[in-house]
Amino acid sequence: MFQIEPFGDCGIRVQLGNSISREINAKVRSLSWFLEKENIRGVLEWIPTYAAVSIYYEPYVITFEELKKQVESLEERLEKITLPPAYVIKIPVIYGGDAGPDLEHVATHNGLNMDEVIHIHTSSDYLIYMMGFTPGFPYLGGMSEKVATPRLKEPRLKIPVGSVGIAGSQTGVYPMETPGGWQIIGRTPVKLYEPMRNKPILLKAGNYIRFVQVTESEYKEIERQVEDNSYEVETVLYEGE
Amino acid sequence: MNNAVIKVEKSGLSTSIQDLGRMGYQQYGMVVSGAMDPFALQVGNLLVGNERNAAGIEAVIMGPKLVFLKDTVIAICGADLSPQLDGKDIPMWKSFFVQKGQSLSFGQPKKGVYTYIAVAGGIDTPVVMGSRSTYVKAGIGGVNGRFLQKDDMLHSSDVKEKIRLRRLPDNLIPIYQSDQKIRVILGPDRDAFSQRTVETFLTGTYEITKQTDRMGMRLNGPKIQHVSKADIISDSIFLGTIQVPANGQPIILLADRQTTGGYTRIATVISVDVARVAQNLPGGKLQFEEISVQEAQALHIKQEKILRQLAVGARIY
Repeated sequence: MFQIEPFGDCGIRVQLGNSISREINAKVRSLSWFLEKENIRGVLEWIPTYAAVSIYYEPYVITFEELKKQVESLEERLEKITLPPAYVIKIPVIYGGDAGPDLEHVATHNGLNMDEVIHIHTSSDYLIYMMGFTPGFPYLGGMSEKVATPRLKEPRLKIPVGSVGIAGSQTGVYPMETPGGWQIIGRTPVKLYEPMRNKPILLKAGNYIRFVQVTESEYKEIERQVEDNSYEVETVLYEGE
Repeated sequence: MNNAVIKVEKSGLSTSIQDLGRMGYQQYGMVVSGAMDPFALQVGNLLVGNERNAAGIEAVIMGPKLVFLKDTVIAICGADLSPQLDGKDIPMWKSFFVQKGQSLSFGQPKKGVYTYIAVAGGIDTPVVMGSRSTYVKAGIGGVNGRFLQKDDMLHSSDVKEKIRLRRLPDNLIPIYQSDQKIRVILGPDRDAFSQRTVETFLTGTYEITKQTDRMGMRLNGPKIQHVSKADIISDSIFLGTIQVPANGQPIILLADRQTTGGYTRIATVISVDVARVAQNLPGGKLQFEEISVQEAQALHIKQEKILRQLAVGARIY
């Protein structure tokens, strides 16, 4: 599927599929990579999502028809493209206790003990399908159904920044303090969103996250380094399943 | 260095610093923000000799009271909120000198919602992710990421050249709250609605509810029925996109919108009409009209030419 349509008069949307799948999302990543490389005149920015890429452009510089032609010409090349390698960003997490008040519930719900939940949660590399919802929030795929847990019946009014949670069969990290109904199982001292940092947003669609369990003293040390801006997340090349 | 140009005497309602927004980070989920009426802000900037993207003060319905701490040039463009200098009515859409000690205030809101006070040199606040726009929810931009408060001091960047006073020709001044229809381009989720439902949307009258802010505008009117479901897998939202959640009542997304969402998108308001939407108060009524991309782009290009010509006149290239 490669369907192009206008999105208002300053946008063009390319739909690459109709569902959430790694194959379709890989096409989204390819097209985004093309846009980054090609530097098409008049293109301002783009938003990759699960199964589509929406492009903002300036019609004064390039009209819909002109841009449509250029984007169409990318379709064939999409298959042959060599993508740059994907990365796995390691996110240190302290599980349970005050940082993860729902860890016990997630364990009980799935007939596991808490260590088993942690083991399962830290054993996958989660694909970042897209970013959205709030600045720096990754939509992750690939969590084991063994730890899937429905959302809280009553959402909490305040979830601290960095909280790591589970909602149904999704897992995620809260980049900002917001209300929310996720089952909170831990917290990371790493900031996914820090507007004054050189790289304000840590993650990018197409890369992966791996959660790594840390102790309380390690957590505090990382937190200190994050505060004085000396912490660097560990990043490794993604090597596949 | 003390180059404060304005002291805030009264904050007004949700007064904030805005430029054209935080572009370039939407793929990371970053909200754009920026002026709710970008045309008015840009004209204001050009009239005082600024670049189009300079930051100005966005006043909302009940404007602030500001005291000038040095001589400068300002222009007020956008909604008519009855601006006054030292208690005397002052014209809009033109630049004029103000002297140290004079104060700018606003009276009865007459027409529109958002007005812009452009100041020579532009309001200088820290640049956050490429923009000075205030985004209150994340607490960034403007003055400490919040609406202006009494006693805030606003600084402006230096002005190098002598400013020529100018005005926008009358025929180019936008008319707010007119009965003219809001023009839209249908889609991307056109197929989530039947032909009859799209007709309902295009012929109905929708009232603007009180659930309206910089993020968006909730409307109330003839129910827009979905063919099957109201939810989509999360996908992009653009400026002016009209979402229809399960209750069948449309929401128009504006400057502080999220970058992605999970509701069907029936249409997107064309770029030159987004400000005409935003300049309406709750209780106001909107009607929609479908136009083609080609027509919409012709209108966009016409507006862009006006701004470019004004920029040339101001010797800003």
